[in-house]
Amino acid sequence: MSRHVAGLAALGLLVAAPFLLSEFHIALMNYIGLASIVTLGLVLLTGVGGLTSFGQAAFVGIGAYTSAVLTTSYGISPWLTLPAGLALIAVIALFLGSITMRLSGHFLPLGTIAWGIAIYFVFGNLEMLGKYSGIAEIPPLHLFDKPLSDGREVYYPIWLVAVSLLFAVRNLLDSRIGRAIRALKSRGTMAESVGVDTSRLKIIIFLLAALLAGTSGWLYAHFMRYVNPTPFNINSGIDYLFMAVIGGSSHVWGAVVGAGVLTLLKEWLKDILPKLIEHSGNYEIVVFGLLIVLLMHRTRDGLLPFLVRLLPAGEHPKPPAAAESLPERPRPANCERMLDVCQANKRFEALAAVRDLSFELDAGEILGLIGPNGAGKTTMFNLISGVLPADSGEIRFRGERIDRLPAREIARRGVARTFQHANILPGMTVLDNVALGAHLRGSGGVISASLRLDRADEARLLWEARMRIEQVGLAAHMFDLAGNLSLGSQRAVEIARAMCADPVLLLLDEPAAGLRHLEKQKLAALLRDLRGSGISILLVEHDMDFVMGLVDRVVVMNFGEKLSEGVPQQIQRDPMVIEAYLGGVNELVA
Amino acid sequence: MTIDIALWLTQDAITNGAVYALLALALVLVYTVTRVIFVPQGEFISFAALSLATLQAGKVPGTVYLLMAGGALVALIDGVAAIRAAQPRRLIGIVILNIGLPAAVAGAASLAALRPDNLWLQMLVTLAIVTPFGPIIYRLAFQPLAGMSVLVLLIIAVAVHYLLTGLGLVFFGGEGLRSPPLSDFSLHVGVLNITAQSLWVIFSSIVLIFTLWLLFEHTLYGKALRATAINRVGARLVGISAAFAGSLSFTLAALIGAIAGILISPITTIYYDTGFIISLKGFVGAIIGGMVSYPVAAAGALLVGFLESFSSFWWSAFKESIVFTLIIPVLLWRSLTARHVDEEEE
Repeated sequence: MSRHVAGLAALGLLVAAPFLLSEFHIALMNYIGLASIVTLGLVLLTGVGGLTSFGQAAFVGIGAYTSAVLTTSYGISPWLTLPAGLALIAVIALFLGSITMRLSGHFLPLGTIAWGIAIYFVFGNLEMLGKYSGIAEIPPLHLFDKPLSDGREVYYPIWLVAVSLLFAVRNLLDSRIGRAIRALKSRGTMAESVGVDTSRLKIIIFLLAALLAGTSGWLYAHFMRYVNPTPFNINSGIDYLFMAVIGGSSHVWGAVVGAGVLTLLKEWLKDILPKLIEHSGNYEIVVFGLLIVLLMHRTRDGLLPFLVRLLPAGEHPKPPAAAESLPERPRPANCERMLDVCQANKRFEALAAVRDLSFELDAGEILGLIGPNGAGKTTMFNLISGVLPADSGEIRFRGERIDRLPAREIARRGVARTFQHANILPGMTVLDNVALGAHLRGSGGVISASLRLDRADEARLLWEARMRIEQVGLAAHMFDLAGNLSLGSQRAVEIARAMCADPVLLLLDEPAAGLRHLEKQKLAALLRDLRGSGISILLVEHDMDFVMGLVDRVVVMNFGEKLSEGVPQQIQRDPMVIEAYLGGVNELVA
Repeated sequence: MTIDIALWLTQDAITNGAVYALLALALVLVYTVTRVIFVPQGEFISFAALSLATLQAGKVPGTVYLLMAGGALVALIDGVAAIRAAQPRRLIGIVILNIGLPAAVAGAASLAALRPDNLWLQMLVTLAIVTPFGPIIYRLAFQPLAGMSVLVLLIIAVAVHYLLTGLGLVFFGGEGLRSPPLSDFSLHVGVLNITAQSLWVIFSSIVLIFTLWLLFEHTLYGKALRATAINRVGARLVGISAAFAGSLSFTLAALIGAIAGILISPITTIYYDTGFIISLKGFVGAIIGGMVSYPVAAAGALLVGFLESFSSFWWSAFKESIVFTLIIPVLLWRSLTARHVDEEEE
């Protein structure tokens, strides 16, 4: 049974469930559906985006309470309270998101724990929300004047919403924005370098997760028809996170698996423990905690990846089909000054990594930036590409100052880069990794991606990625996970990704490191081709043979300063350069 | 509000704030060394306070049996590992540490239970019961997953919190307990009645905070411990054992938690789940310190104490909401002042 068939079978069972199950089990299924929606948000936020929130139950509560108050006290139709609740949640989530997303990892989980606790006590103490006893007699949802009041009647609406949202999030992740989201967790710097506004994207996924939670809360209020603070306390917030992690937090269907397993596990413990131990109420949480610890020790990535591995993979995906090619940036005129670095300085506390460094790069030129280890080459690279701000000095790209711009703005102007340590997403295919480079050349947004309205845009991006992959000679590995490639191939992936951005200036940080002789020759040929097509290249490299045979000019750095500059033959004879390289004398002269 | 009430609230604030500060420090300590956001920290407080009260009642607390069981489990795991590694000699040490030590503690506990008048002995025994839970928890729950992401470690921490809270309920029941103060002495300054117990709390906190600060900011060993949090492999290459550092930080955290529990048990009634909410307030303090700075975390915890004390006077129903909402302006301030930090996880 392939994975595809297994998915269809699960969907079939979901549709048939109301005809097979008892009232009690249907209620349980409804809970699982509601929890799946919240957990789905966490899969997006935590599993894929790497941001942990314990506060989802609070958003569920706001969705539920908003609708409860508006329908019972003001007689507003439940269909109108959904947008009202979501609007309120959006305001809160944007506020919380904007203050926590810029901070490093652990602030969000801790902040959301505190926020989850605070909101619970607000629910429990506000007169308007019925204090701890809550709000009763919430009207049911009506569909064509028919009330949906019992468990069987709400089953389909709940699961219809849940499954639609699951597909929407799955679509979102399989898109231009989705690739950027998948880069957030571990490759923020790289994502910025291809033009992704990572702070904004983090706020967006926090917002989406909150809205999903609010939707679940709204359904909950009209399905239970009664709300009190308990289901929205911090423990529920923790449970949702458990569901995401246990199910397999990097895959949307993990949300359903996690919600199902955890809900059933709790129910089962309530059921089985009294038969095993007296005073069982006390042991439920003990056994629950123990099982979670064991589960995490055994299946670190969650249950779904574990289960999926048991099933054979589907058929091999086809390479992206030909599509209209993306518009290209006009190439600069032959003598245009591309890059002008003037008196750049960068200190790290006592260490001056770059000192008063100046050099220029003209269109159609390959400039080598060389120097011994620790000379400040990579720091200089980071100053140009906007990863680090310069302390003083000016860096101009085609006449425009870029030294105060963030990396993504520099990328937008046609500068693409690779990294010294191949900065790829190991769990993503080569195709997706490369397509990420074309981020700024697509336009599909969150909504169009969720609804699959972005396919024409996506086809163009993937076609571009395919061409670049073929150009660097990785066509056979298009659907392999990038992490499984050799180091040399991973560097090729990086170059293909940079080319995907349609750059006019390419910054390559040690592209030949770890490459075999033949691979180096191929790389040199590729770079010459790129130069021929009007792309200027700045190259940091250690390998002298490679550099000297390829570049038009060389800038030599030592201790953060420019030691020498000139054409390769001149540099190879420069006594100061030879001195700086010491052990490299033979290599240089040879 | 009269000046008397303000003074009285201030005293309350400082006493509570001192306890929160202790917890904030323990949390910062564990986080900086192991990257574990140690949610179960509060359980040490409950365990210590309730174990002490149980000893007072002349009974041996259930935590003693848990300690022996936990020790046995560690002995089993480490023992099997030692045999597999063909190092049977290590077995002796393993057995002494994980079976002998808990047995000795159990002996001391049954002795202490017979001596209800000897409060110091009982306190000492309580420390001996609770502190070893630190390394045991580290060994069983966290060490095997030490290289995992902060999220996975956090999930484990929460699960351990559930586990320990549940066991607390099993051992001590749902009723709250209080233990007698170290002395009934109290100081009358004007209208203010300063109890010896609150002085003890404040004094112990200051001493502990200062010691930790010295250890981590000004000794090579402390810096080595912090290095393991930043780069486990790197620390190992320069000779720092990550497992040992983790175990040590958990031991210290458990000790601090146990001291906090003993200190506050005469001031407030402790239930099996009280520790969690107390430690969360410590968290707020720790967050103010950015999870890395000891002095700022302690100051933040003191601020939490003040906020709690004064808001309970003015708007007591929303006391908890106010304390936990404090985090939002703090995060706002941090996000405006902090440089953008990208945490790249491998």
